[in-house]
Amino acid sequence: MDGTQAIILTIITASTPLLLAAIGELVVERSGVLNLGVEGMMVMGAVCGFATAYTTGSPTLGIFAGIMAGVGMAFIFAFMTQTLVSNQVATGLALTLLGLGLSGLIGESFVGLPGVKLTPISIPLLGDIPFIGRILFGQDILVYASLALVVATTYVLFRTRIGLIIRAVGDNHHSAHSLGYNVIMVRYACILFGGACAGLSGAYLSLAYTPQWIENMTAGRGWIALALVVFATWLPKRLAIGAYLFGTVWIMGLYVQAQGLGIPSQFLSSLPYLVTIIALVIISGNKTLTRVNTPACIGQSFVPDR
Amino acid sequence: MTEKMSVKGGTAARAEYLLEARNITKMFGDLAANSNVTLKIAPGEIHALLGENGAGKSTLVKIIYGALQPTVGELSWLGETVNIANPAAARKLGIGMVFQHFSLFEALSVAENIALALPGDIDLDELSKKISQVSSEYGLPLEPTALVADLSVGERQRIEIVRCLLQEPRLLIMDEPTAVLTPQEADQLFLTLERLASEGCAVLYISHRLDEVKRLCHDSTILRHGKVVGTVNPQKETAASLARLMVGADVHAINSNRVSSPGASLLKLNDLNQKADGPFGVALRNIELDVRAGEVVAIAGVAGNGQSELFDAISGERLSSTAESICINDRNCGLDNITLRRRHSSGFVPEERLGHGAVPGFTLSENIILTRHSDDDGLSRSGFLDRAKAIAINERITKDYDVRKGKPDPEARALSGGNLQKFVVGRELDRKPKVLVINQPTWGVDAGAAALIRQALIDLALSGSAVLVISQDLDEIFEIADRIAVISRGQLSEAFPASELSLESIGLMMAGAHEKKDSHITEKASA
Repeated sequence: MDGTQAIILTIITASTPLLLAAIGELVVERSGVLNLGVEGMMVMGAVCGFATAYTTGSPTLGIFAGIMAGVGMAFIFAFMTQTLVSNQVATGLALTLLGLGLSGLIGESFVGLPGVKLTPISIPLLGDIPFIGRILFGQDILVYASLALVVATTYVLFRTRIGLIIRAVGDNHHSAHSLGYNVIMVRYACILFGGACAGLSGAYLSLAYTPQWIENMTAGRGWIALALVVFATWLPKRLAIGAYLFGTVWIMGLYVQAQGLGIPSQFLSSLPYLVTIIALVIISGNKTLTRVNTPACIGQSFVPDR
Repeated sequence: MTEKMSVKGGTAARAEYLLEARNITKMFGDLAANSNVTLKIAPGEIHALLGENGAGKSTLVKIIYGALQPTVGELSWLGETVNIANPAAARKLGIGMVFQHFSLFEALSVAENIALALPGDIDLDELSKKISQVSSEYGLPLEPTALVADLSVGERQRIEIVRCLLQEPRLLIMDEPTAVLTPQEADQLFLTLERLASEGCAVLYISHRLDEVKRLCHDSTILRHGKVVGTVNPQKETAASLARLMVGADVHAINSNRVSSPGASLLKLNDLNQKADGPFGVALRNIELDVRAGEVVAIAGVAGNGQSELFDAISGERLSSTAESICINDRNCGLDNITLRRRHSSGFVPEERLGHGAVPGFTLSENIILTRHSDDDGLSRSGFLDRAKAIAINERITKDYDVRKGKPDPEARALSGGNLQKFVVGRELDRKPKVLVINQPTWGVDAGAAALIRQALIDLALSGSAVLVISQDLDEIFEIADRIAVISRGQLSEAFPASELSLESIGLMMAGAHEKKDSHITEKASA
């Protein structure tokens, strides 16, 4: 394996968790809900995924546990914001704090233990093609899953009735309600989907990215995912570009730092944010398109009049 | 298509009435929004539902459309008792509704908006064809791929109507449909409704405008305080007798004895130009206007033609590029902020009363402080507020302008629309400003409150102030204005004396006949 191939593989593993968490949050925000608890759901997914995989020895069960942990956290958020109509921003922040604390507690006895690594799929023949074989056909299942999710989300949001309803609920919940759609249930479903994606993203971190449990191991990735959704103007395709761009610049920065070229490390670690923001601002230059894709009801609670 | 639209089968012939609401009572806590209401609509009938704000019209309509459940009483459809659990169930029966506040999604296309109201999975391309077909058949031109955000209010209403028509309704509920239309657009709507009725579709028509009801409707049910006070044939009544039934007393006639010669010019707009604010705003172009002491000048126009932009420019919510473009009380105010302009004895009442005119979560006295803190009446002294004074002013305003409220000093959002409108208008009138600019003074306000507000505006002008009214209600404009100008696409016509104008000539101006750059329209109009 030569150097370039190694860098590209690292970029893919660095970008995948961002993409997974962000695509879930994109659907949540499309339905008009702002869940700032992505980081908390992610870190819970990471610790539950790791613990389950370590105890059972099965990474598959670990992935499943990670998803369920994310869904569980998301359910708390959905119940608070949709049923009890609490403030979404405050609840989301609380969810992040809860997740960080609770994961530390659960994970205390797992710190430093060797993890179970999710083995990459290796497709015979195709995987043996020099250079690109390993990159395109030798990844683990979650990398493919993240890309499939981007395609599926695009299709569902813009080509199906369910997607139309989700966008309608996010654009004007009063109109959706008066047409007879159950705004609260649509949002519940989207929030739980977002939780599943965040949990999966966390499980990816502790099972594939660095197969071990470290406290706070999400290290702000949930927040980056949140920012990517906004800068991608709520479009899955742009989100994928943004996530991979961020991953690329980030890994290249680490690589450059390792070469010792004398560029300040602070600059290098801020570079991914800078580049991603600039790039996404440039591609989202069309103001009308941006306005159309921004969910107008985002962050607003909905109480049907009875 | 025509066949599909007509009443299906022969069931309608057997039941005398399409819809009967029997003895409907709806309680909200202790308040009976509807009590023992009975309403009957026959197939092919255009039935008016009349009543003041808060009379229980919308509650009744929501019950029929399944958005609310009655506390007592039942609905029957074609003679059979039905339970309409939600709007989807109502649509399934064949009940369609066009809301006053449209239930549209701005970020979605026309076709997507319509697809959301139809059951099952829908092929958008096929639907688009159907939309074009229905819309041309009924004279409601629509472009299926257009984005709702780019459309005018009249076009948005067409979406709502076409959306209902595609569901092949047997009962179409229209809530205040003409409030946002030009006279010509309204005429087109009446033709569409008459055609639907002739095909057997019943229409439940809610309106404040009695002349419309007289012209269009076959029957009417009149509500007052949640009770039915009459079921009359509107064509056999006069507008005055209908109004009497609605209000329960004679509507106070507007007393408009004017001074014959207006005084000095108090509000002047000199070549006011402004760029459009974003892709959905309207640019103001070369606006010239002169409002003199003692007169009411009205600006007519279809919504979205620059009225709110003009209001914002005059009130100072958006500053002009030159001080000279706006002159209030002989002072060039174009670059002054709102507070400075208010100090020059001017008052401004915006269109949206809740959120723009008043802060919903603040009490009335606090809302008084917000617009009047810089006045001379000492509400604010070196930064400290005199709340007792604000409460006293509130008492005066609520008494003078008949604002009905539960608590002495409730939150603004607790007031009904009409009462809040009386409050926000009264708050400015109470200052006796030399210049008053008011946008949509009686929008969505019942006849009694509207008469009170209009009279107050005329009285202010009689006392020597200049009053500028921006309104879409032509009846209102003719009732109170001395001179009338028309705004269309950000251009303002000359202000003509009201006596020289007819509804038709204003309608043509609203459609853009006076616009400078479109000379062909002017030619057509004069031809």
